Amino acid sequence: MSKALYINHEKCTGCRLCELVCAVKHDGISNPARSRIRVMKWEQEGLYVPMSCQQCQDAPCMNVCPVKAISKDEKLGAIMIDYDVCIGCRSCVAVCPFGAMSFNVIEKKVFKCDLCEGDPQCVRFCEEKAIDFVEPNEVSIAKKRTAAERISNAAKEGAALLTQHQ
Amino acid sequence: MPLNRKVAFIDLSSGNIETKTIPLEIRKKFLGGRGLDAYFLLNHTPKGCDPLGPDNALMISGGILCATCASATARTHVMAKSPLTNLLGSANMGGFFAPEMAWAGFHHLVIKGKADHPVYIYIHNGEIEIRDARPMWGMMSTAAQWAIRDDLGDQEVKSCVCGPAGENLVRFANVMTGIKNAAGRSGMGAVMGSKNLKAVAARGTMDIKIAHPVEALEFNKRFIDQIVSAKVNQTQGTLGTPFIWGATNSWGGIRCRNFQYNQCEYADDMEPERIDEICAETMGPYHMTGCFGCQVHCRAQYRIPEGPYAGIYEEGPEYTSQGAFGGETDTPRALTVLVGNHLVDQYGMDNLETGSLISWAMELYEKGIIGKKETDGLALEFGNDEAVIEMIKRICYRKSYIGDVLAEGGIRAAEKIGKDSFSYLIQVKGMSNLHSDERATPGLALNIAVSSRGSDHLRSRPAIDLYHLPQDVMRRIYSSPVAYDGPLSSEHTEYIGKPWQVFWHENTYMAVDCLGICKYHTTFLGATLPNFEDWPKVLYLNTGIEMTPLEIWMVARRCNMVERLFNLREGLTRDDLKKGDMLNHRYFDEPTRRGALDVVGRVIERDKFVKMVDEFYKHKGLDNNGVPKPETLKELGLENEPSHLL
Repeated sequence: MSKALYINHEKCTGCRLCELVCAVKHDGISNPARSRIRVMKWEQEGLYVPMSCQQCQDAPCMNVCPVKAISKDEKLGAIMIDYDVCIGCRSCVAVCPFGAMSFNVIEKKVFKCDLCEGDPQCVRFCEEKAIDFVEPNEVSIAKKRTAAERISNAAKEGAALLTQHQ
Repeated sequence: MPLNRKVAFIDLSSGNIETKTIPLEIRKKFLGGRGLDAYFLLNHTPKGCDPLGPDNALMISGGILCATCASATARTHVMAKSPLTNLLGSANMGGFFAPEMAWAGFHHLVIKGKADHPVYIYIHNGEIEIRDARPMWGMMSTAAQWAIRDDLGDQEVKSCVCGPAGENLVRFANVMTGIKNAAGRSGMGAVMGSKNLKAVAARGTMDIKIAHPVEALEFNKRFIDQIVSAKVNQTQGTLGTPFIWGATNSWGGIRCRNFQYNQCEYADDMEPERIDEICAETMGPYHMTGCFGCQVHCRAQYRIPEGPYAGIYEEGPEYTSQGAFGGETDTPRALTVLVGNHLVDQYGMDNLETGSLISWAMELYEKGIIGKKETDGLALEFGNDEAVIEMIKRICYRKSYIGDVLAEGGIRAAEKIGKDSFSYLIQVKGMSNLHSDERATPGLALNIAVSSRGSDHLRSRPAIDLYHLPQDVMRRIYSSPVAYDGPLSSEHTEYIGKPWQVFWHENTYMAVDCLGICKYHTTFLGATLPNFEDWPKVLYLNTGIEMTPLEIWMVARRCNMVERLFNLREGLTRDDLKKGDMLNHRYFDEPTRRGALDVVGRVIERDKFVKMVDEFYKHKGLDNNGVPKPETLKELGLENEPSHLL
């Protein structure tokens, strides 16, 4: 199976370098409005969540496209747009549950993450590894381990509490 | 193109707004950011103007590399005539404001006049609007920023604001953006308050075309690798600047009890690891955050763990807050520092000046120069944590005699308090020194004495002097981009070679302030970090401007000289204790009492200090009075300044 972006927002420092390098890589321009990845922020809580395309298996953008301009590149694992076919109706923007499909108001076309042909620049530049590029099954096994550790710790703490109260 | 970012001249009295392009020849002379701000200051403020009057011009800017594909181009610079010192006012901060302003089409703002009611300026994709800020007046610095977002219906808006301290014209009020980014020193928030200007807000989606994007991206990666591979930046990225406090305090370089000691004892509760523990307990394992595009992420996140402010989210504390509210006042308790840090951020008030003045007042109280009458019953004693917190509040709201007097800054307060209060004041040019003690480090003492905005570590400090670098490494650093074959010493207690080091660092820090990148990305705390040799490449790849290392050095020299010209015009004289390049007598007369063997028992030797200043002046091309020689002005192309070209 092809690799996928894995975002761990807890590690994100909120610097938005991913937005910068994404726009420069794709368009040669610094402008977050052109970035395929955007960091949503709640500064008053110190909470930063990078948002990008999930490259869905049953992608709503692909399903809704009236001219079949959106398809899945199975090798890359990315949902891709064929601009020769796209009519710019923005139905995909409306239907994406993550807001990952954007519309470029200057060039008047929709755009989304294309995984930089297998070398995502957001991943390359993120020293914190808040964004990583991994096999999808690696994500779940790593998360299982973290969750198991939490459960195990909770069980130990619970047992300690019980002993205290006996 | 970064180069098509404009300057806007905004008159708040008339509401008139004029935007101009910045000619390439001006760019090549001053680049942008602090350097170009200095040009505007000299050209747009009348001599002797009241810093809190409508004639004072307030500059807000980003550097020439702001928001480009270079590392950490986040810096916002703020400049005006200082209401604290009546000389140069200048402060620089991180965060996200300047990049947003660049995406909105502007690199520089020159704001004059005074609005007839509270307003804020909104910059949006090439357009500038003056909007009502009456609902935000009186708000804390963060509340005001969120209120502006709600007012504009856009959560992506970035603002820099003055807090209640700025509104109350506290002479060292600062300009804030985000939670903790502060253009902290020299009272820029009071200038905003005096203009009825609560905030400048920006939101932009305009393209900044990178001149050579493919190469710029690759070079940026190399640049970042170099920056994050430095041990000092890895430590910054895990502990933040508190690690500096830990190291310098154990060594004996921290002012304690104003200036009576140079080390704060029983400070375990303020060790960097302890602060980090609180951050981890309240914010989880990943609790570091950063400015735009920066991989160093040197600021910590915390929630106040207990007491009346428990649960409030804050960022920091920087080592300056540790020094200001823990070290100088001899209250080395984490909670006091965390709460104090939170209050000054919310009030929009310089932590360094606030802590220094409180500790000065504590010494006056200890010596009986002021008493309970002046403090309105407050026991203003060293070690009294409640008194520190109470004084922060009183200064912001000018409550009671002592609060109101300290809000005026040290020199004015000393004039009001009288007796020999002035002789206890640790300041240069009317600005308090930070919490560091320079008696064992003549190079650092020279730095604070000649710093263009008053006693300060961020204008020319040769901080790497403390690393005792091998001679060949020092020679390599300090002989580029101009040859230097004079003496250099690896010994921090020495006087020889220090004037050249201070001169070199003065130009290095000016260069990064013009480029708009962070000092942690240059030879400030790490000897291996980028400097003049690396910047021409970044500048070329992003903007297309071709410059040599020497040409960037000359820009830095030129901009430093413009600041000097402004200060001279406003009354700087070499040995004036209140307006000159001179230190308080205590540096020369009172030996240090604590610290390591190479620190304890030291004073600055007056005759050697004078010689250092002489030599520093010579390097800068000044005469013995500190005035530029005609040939220096000609060499720097400043013989016609103020030129009023822009």
